[in-house]
Amino acid sequence: MSAQLIFEKSVSGRRGYLLPPSDVPPCPPADVLPTDALRPSPPPWPEVAEFDVIRHYTRLSQLNFSVDTNFYPLGSCTMKYNPRLNERVAAMPGFAWLHPLQPAAQTQGILELLYELERLLCAITGMGAFTLQPAAGAQGELTGLKIIAAYQRRKRRTRSTILIPDSAHGTNPASAALSGFTVVQLRSGPDGLIDLGELKSKLTKDVAALMLTNPNTLGLFERDIQTIAALLHERDALVYMDGANMNALMGIAKPGEMGVDILQLNLHKTFSTPHGGGGPGAGPVGVAKALEDFLPVPRVRKSGAKFAWESTGRSTIGRVHGFYGNVGVLVRAYTYIRTLGREGLMRASETAIINANYLKVKLQETFPVKYDSSCMHEFVVTLKALKANGVTAMDVAKRLLDYGFYAPTVYFPLIVEEALMIEPTETESRETLDQFAQALISIAHEAKTNPELVRRAPQRMAVDRLDEVKAAREPNLRWTPANDLVHA
Amino acid sequence: MDYAPNTPQQLQEMLRIIGVGSFDELIKSVPEALHRRALPDVPSGLAEAQVIELCEELAARNRSLQETVSFLGAGSYAHLIPTVVDAIASRGEWLTPYTPYQAEASQGTLQAIYEFQTMICELLQMDVANASLYDGASGVGEAAVLALRATERPRILVSEAVHPHAREVIATYLQGAQAVIQQLPTVNGVTDLEALGKAMRDDVACVILQQPNVFGCLEPMAQAGQLAHRSGGLFVASVYPISLGLLQPPGAYGADIAVAEGRCLGSPPALGGPALGLFATTSALLRRMPGRLAGCTVDQAGRRGFTLTLQTREQHIRRERATSNICTNEGWLALRATIFMALLGPQGLKELATLNLEKAHYARERLCTVPWIAPMFDQPFFNEFTLRYEGRKAEAVNKKLAAAGFAGGHPLGEWYPNMAQSSLWCVTERISKSSIDRLVDTLKKI
Repeated sequence: MSAQLIFEKSVSGRRGYLLPPSDVPPCPPADVLPTDALRPSPPPWPEVAEFDVIRHYTRLSQLNFSVDTNFYPLGSCTMKYNPRLNERVAAMPGFAWLHPLQPAAQTQGILELLYELERLLCAITGMGAFTLQPAAGAQGELTGLKIIAAYQRRKRRTRSTILIPDSAHGTNPASAALSGFTVVQLRSGPDGLIDLGELKSKLTKDVAALMLTNPNTLGLFERDIQTIAALLHERDALVYMDGANMNALMGIAKPGEMGVDILQLNLHKTFSTPHGGGGPGAGPVGVAKALEDFLPVPRVRKSGAKFAWESTGRSTIGRVHGFYGNVGVLVRAYTYIRTLGREGLMRASETAIINANYLKVKLQETFPVKYDSSCMHEFVVTLKALKANGVTAMDVAKRLLDYGFYAPTVYFPLIVEEALMIEPTETESRETLDQFAQALISIAHEAKTNPELVRRAPQRMAVDRLDEVKAAREPNLRWTPANDLVHA
Repeated sequence: MDYAPNTPQQLQEMLRIIGVGSFDELIKSVPEALHRRALPDVPSGLAEAQVIELCEELAARNRSLQETVSFLGAGSYAHLIPTVVDAIASRGEWLTPYTPYQAEASQGTLQAIYEFQTMICELLQMDVANASLYDGASGVGEAAVLALRATERPRILVSEAVHPHAREVIATYLQGAQAVIQQLPTVNGVTDLEALGKAMRDDVACVILQQPNVFGCLEPMAQAGQLAHRSGGLFVASVYPISLGLLQPPGAYGADIAVAEGRCLGSPPALGGPALGLFATTSALLRRMPGRLAGCTVDQAGRRGFTLTLQTREQHIRRERATSNICTNEGWLALRATIFMALLGPQGLKELATLNLEKAHYARERLCTVPWIAPMFDQPFFNEFTLRYEGRKAEAVNKKLAAAGFAGGHPLGEWYPNMAQSSLWCVTERISKSSIDRLVDTLKKI
């Protein structure tokens, strides 16, 4: 049986944490709160001992693959090593135990750090100014699109179209729609890049901006990026770049010099902050100088040697976060950038590109790449040849788990049939890449000689393949005593 | 230090195997005009010990809440964090996986999310909760978006006693939508029900109230909810998790959507983030919900297992027709909250809430013995209350308190210009009686 739930370990009366005794006079809630505002009984949370909690969540953790325990080549997610030094710095009481409303005189150190981080991100990307407020990449996209909308208002016009290539991350069209724009899709050219003819044919007067990813989700650099930007700018439309793949570009090329007007970064990808099983991330947005006025407030300002929050902005789109964004994540990213420095960041991107190309070459005889040219930090292979044996990309992904490797991104981008999107990152050794390549080649062999083995994978995990249809048709999203498997 | 293990010799050998003579051949697709093989404006890298020295120096120029007695709340509450939370959450198996796309290799994260969803449903007394949103403020923004779409009505009514940052985020989120945001006034520190009654028409998508509200006062949630429902609008409650050890949960007064800032459950304030958006709703609105959901199902052998589910709501499947664009959320903080809630248990939460209530009521009573201090509102409160200063500006009072080692209540004039002589005071279990007494002595000398 799979692991018990914490609720199934509950024993009435057991306690896991002792609060300090009250040192003030008693204040019976019924004396000071209206009767109808009082909760009759607290939430029925589990009643467990401290050691129950330790053992339960330690055992659960062991059911996870993670960067610390397994190679995790998830494409477009940049699953690089998350340095422990970042954690140590973020946990310093002078950073972790700050209240967001403390006066600036008491927070000069963190304000300086945030100010410096903005400048470092400008230096790395060539953008004119940054906001650190968005809490993740998708919120950065939303911020960028609100800026695009505000730019239209400044120009006293209503353009409602955003052009997005068919290879884009799903968040791009979702963010555009959430901002009230209409999405028009661009069909990729035969080389997997933006097709200039297709772009020109869709570049109507209603286009407010193009959203692109560079390198794109195939791991290919948009060779015509300057021409593309010029085409957009001729029509006073803006270029938004999804910077999820910035790990390919540090010290190599700057989006600001490509003609990009708005860029979001994912600090939980390129800048090594941990993914935490689904966040927190941070999605700073950089803009060209001319768009700086639109950035969310508040922003850190420096006057003389002093730093302060400034909440007024003539054309600001407003606020996207309750306070200043995921500051703890920003501290980690700052630590990382200062640790690597100019040489280290460049070497990181170079090594990420070499590692990806090396792995691609190691695999090329078994798994062809649909768009064959040198890749940047990631590449996409197609497994359609295995279909003859009834084996899918998902089957191969699951079989990789049995070999002790997390699976690459599957079925994405949508324009590649039976896609596996592989991003090794710079923090993996050649030896690991060799082992991974060997595993994939072995699985390809198994797909021919024993396809059933691959189709039934994984066999070595806590559970085998899960019934996704049942999960969606009969949603069971919370535990109740009725589905207690232990005391039943 | 660059954390990249391959040696220069290995990289040369790898380039040879790739079939190129140099790294530059690999980036031929990058136009030469763009090549910037250097980052002159970034300083050189540092060794670990140097980074620690640098960051300790920066940290030392902040006054942490461990060095000051803080009465700041106003949307960010500092509570005790059991040692076990950090001990477990710092494990690499929790800290370093991605969103659990490969369910079989992510059962730990998925089961923890399922436990989190369950405990949040129980806390809020709602049918379904998601795996988290960015923070409480963006949760209110998502609630407004959901209400507009679900009701196909254009008007959002939001009390002026909802945290101003949350109201600002709603305004940002709704730019470009065909929506009208209408603010509801307050009377004696709580939302004016009469004004709400008059504003309720059949074009209202939702009514948004906060409990306790931004002044610390308890709102008439049940009556407000009834008024919202009477003309077919949704009722959105923004709540403070710790208060729910004593106060009625949103489900008890008919909220359709409950949102909260959940960072106070086991994570430090960190200047306001990472935060933790809690979002829960009714079964009727399940398929309109934003964010990730973990569900319980079975594997091929019939064993219980967990997986992300109802993903057809989400951006990676539905693209421009998704219910939200959210992808990465606040998973690690949700895990910390799960551990926190398991450790406290029902009795622990009730005791924690009671401690907050007792300390805050003691503090208000003592503070009001200072001749120039009086309560601003005559309303029941939990652990936060508004004080009015006779003839003194709130900022000036705080400056003097800072010199004595206190962070005084948050001056409200910044948010409500007619309240320049008022401050919002918060007292949690971290504040001792002797600190409160010393505070009062200090104020009496100002």
